[in-house]
Amino acid sequence: MSETLHAGGTRTFQIWRGDMTDGKLVEYTLELEAGMVVLDAVLEIQRSQEPDLAVRWNCKAAKCGSCSAEINGKPRLMCKTRIDHLPEDQPIVVEPMRAFPLIRDLVTDVSWNYEVNKKIPPFTPRDDLPEGDYLMGQAEVDRIGEFRKCIECFLCQDVCHILRDHRMMDKYYGPRFMVRMASLDMHPLDGLDRLDQLADDGGIGLCNITKCCTEVCPEGIHITDNAIIPMKERVVDHRYDPVLKIFNRGGQKGRKKPDAA
Amino acid sequence: MAAFETHDYDVVVMGSGGSGLRAAIAAAEAGAKTAVVCKCLLGKAHTVMAEGGLAAALGNVAPEDSWSQHFQDTMFGGKYLNNWRMAELHAKEAPDRARELEHWGAIFDRTPDKKMSQRAFGGHTYKRLVHIGDRTGLELIRTLQDKTVHSAVDVFMETEITRLIQDGERVVGAYGFKKQTGEQIAFTSKSLIIATGGGGRIYKITSNSHDCTGDGYALAYDAGAELLDMEFIQFHPTGMVYPPGVAGLLVTEAVRGEGGLLRNSLGERFMEKYDPKRMELSTRDVVARSIYTEVKEGRGTEHGGAFLDVSHLDADYVKRKLPSMYDQFYELAGVDITKEPMQVGPTCHYFMGGVKVGADDGRTRIPGLYATGEASGGMNGSNRLGGNSLGDLLVFGRRAGIDAAAEATKLEPIKLPKDAVDEAVNELTGYLTGKGTENPYQLHKDLQKVMGDGVGIFRDKEGLSTAISQLDDLAERGANVKSPSERLDYNPGWQLCREVRNMITVAQAIAKAALMREESRGGHSRLDHAYYDDYWSEHNIVVDHEQGEMVLKAIPVAKKDDLAGLIEARKEQEKAA
Repeated sequence: MSETLHAGGTRTFQIWRGDMTDGKLVEYTLELEAGMVVLDAVLEIQRSQEPDLAVRWNCKAAKCGSCSAEINGKPRLMCKTRIDHLPEDQPIVVEPMRAFPLIRDLVTDVSWNYEVNKKIPPFTPRDDLPEGDYLMGQAEVDRIGEFRKCIECFLCQDVCHILRDHRMMDKYYGPRFMVRMASLDMHPLDGLDRLDQLADDGGIGLCNITKCCTEVCPEGIHITDNAIIPMKERVVDHRYDPVLKIFNRGGQKGRKKPDAA
Repeated sequence: MAAFETHDYDVVVMGSGGSGLRAAIAAAEAGAKTAVVCKCLLGKAHTVMAEGGLAAALGNVAPEDSWSQHFQDTMFGGKYLNNWRMAELHAKEAPDRARELEHWGAIFDRTPDKKMSQRAFGGHTYKRLVHIGDRTGLELIRTLQDKTVHSAVDVFMETEITRLIQDGERVVGAYGFKKQTGEQIAFTSKSLIIATGGGGRIYKITSNSHDCTGDGYALAYDAGAELLDMEFIQFHPTGMVYPPGVAGLLVTEAVRGEGGLLRNSLGERFMEKYDPKRMELSTRDVVARSIYTEVKEGRGTEHGGAFLDVSHLDADYVKRKLPSMYDQFYELAGVDITKEPMQVGPTCHYFMGGVKVGADDGRTRIPGLYATGEASGGMNGSNRLGGNSLGDLLVFGRRAGIDAAAEATKLEPIKLPKDAVDEAVNELTGYLTGKGTENPYQLHKDLQKVMGDGVGIFRDKEGLSTAISQLDDLAERGANVKSPSERLDYNPGWQLCREVRNMITVAQAIAKAALMREESRGGHSRLDHAYYDDYWSEHNIVVDHEQGEMVLKAIPVAKKDDLAGLIEARKEQEKAA
């Protein structure tokens, strides 16, 4: 097992230094220990060479989602990226997430995400639940359990071209909050009809299923296939299906509109 | 003098982990104007690392379970040094707190009859831990986070508190700075709740997050509060040992709960020697010492640990029940745990001790100051059972929040005394532009070495005495600390200045209490006093002040008459076994 780990050696890092006004990649070299991840290297450079290098991190165990960055151009968690898994013949380039305003060096201002979250009504139990313990099947829990694995690293938001390239922060909540809404919409005991919010304020129609978000998710959540596509289908049924319209089933059975809650 | 903004609140909660958020929700529900001030972003606190579950005697899997059984297990796990009332409240109220989470949108694994499922864990007589896979802490924090966002709670993220402000004895606010800009900030509080978690970063090998620097212990102590049971540190038996970058990273006890086996390099299931009855699911202190002993006696793995094996279990079951462990070993160590054993060893995991508080309300002896969760002491005695932390956070976080809000309604608006604020400003500004010469990174590294060498899993008089004198030196150097950079925005060295001094204070309390307790019990093992001592089985150690000096005193365990029968029954039961 461990024999497969490369031990030691010197590697070159190019780390983005600067703020909103100006910045550039700065080169550092570092002697490595076996099994180091990119965050280890960044922290060692901070400790020994650049004491004011700004980096956000906390658990260093891929559970808190703080140390998101772009490594060799790909959005990843620094604490989960092994240096010996990166190509040896080129420097390791570490840059901040580009979809969000930069604070300094590798730290970005992700507060927009917290604003979006506030707009999503919390879990609201159905009116018709029997007294006593909540009853749910394991399969129902597993279905949304995938979405609850999200660690809010916001890498999916970073890579989503609607946000990153088109800057449509006012029109689309982004993949993270599609996942959040899926965890509520598919909750077996939730009593809110969330389809209008998904379609209008949430902007689910803007997603054109390029699956970039799914590719970068460190938790392996099938964001596009399991969260976004099923909800897109339901929005379409709800809004545009003529047969359902005839039977006057625009809403979701047993669920009420948020404003009536 | 630096300009600063001031924010006025009824209740200020320091910390956004499970206990802090639960306290804030309770305070806001009670009508108090409430703020959470935290070093990290919301939802990133160390609680997300909790894996195994939340112990609550719901009886969904084992109908014979009861609060009294949970109470007895907790007391036995803590080797009877727990505050009896706290262990009672925890056992009685944890089930309601678990149900409440579900009502706020949390989801947990289910039984066949669709109720919350419960898993076995070390020291728990029955299957008791409500869980979802091995990421129960994340579920708890996300649920509380969303509840907080939709409560009337203001959250100040990435804000570091460096001092509590007092008017006479009473705590009336806090002072610090915003990490993103370096702007200084003051809060007034009618009640201030310390919910800052533990201080594992005083050790090099730890499962604790970057933020776990024991700020709350030190700030409360500096304000005049007492610390309790500081000598008891839980070394979790199973941390990763290789590669070096991840050494200390937690391997959940659920691995053993689901049937994982511990073996030494000879292939022996060595727990047979140490606790043949409970084997792998013995209490954490016993398993940690057993692994340590095996390694020390030459039966360790190549990287200095023990083997932990789940490869005999069905691979799909392992991936479903322990998904993050599977990922963690696959990604970080190149090990497929469904096929080959993990290598594990003890890692600093949890502080049983903390700020001494009232069992029912979380009040410290300083007016206006509360503490809860891992930052407080008493609930866990000398050793915490796995699964008892998440319940602790919720039960006592809620209680502190309710009382803090009630207290706040009795008080007139607060004004911060100018002298105290000036001192706080000068201290903070001094770390940035003062004349100090000590590098905080170096101090931190030296501290970790002192603690690893002298105050680790096994201790003795000589090592502790050496450590205490080294810590005195470090404390002196700490008074002369200065950030290597004078930048204001996101300057990690500036942040570390106060944190490293906090950590040194905490380390001193631990080392001194460890020297005083001449016995071995729970999370405190003395090579020169290897057995239980009758006197110490009835006493806790309190760390207090006397004329500016740290002094220690032994106090009798806080008992409660109506629970004595349960305690005696459990002791008899153990004797018979």
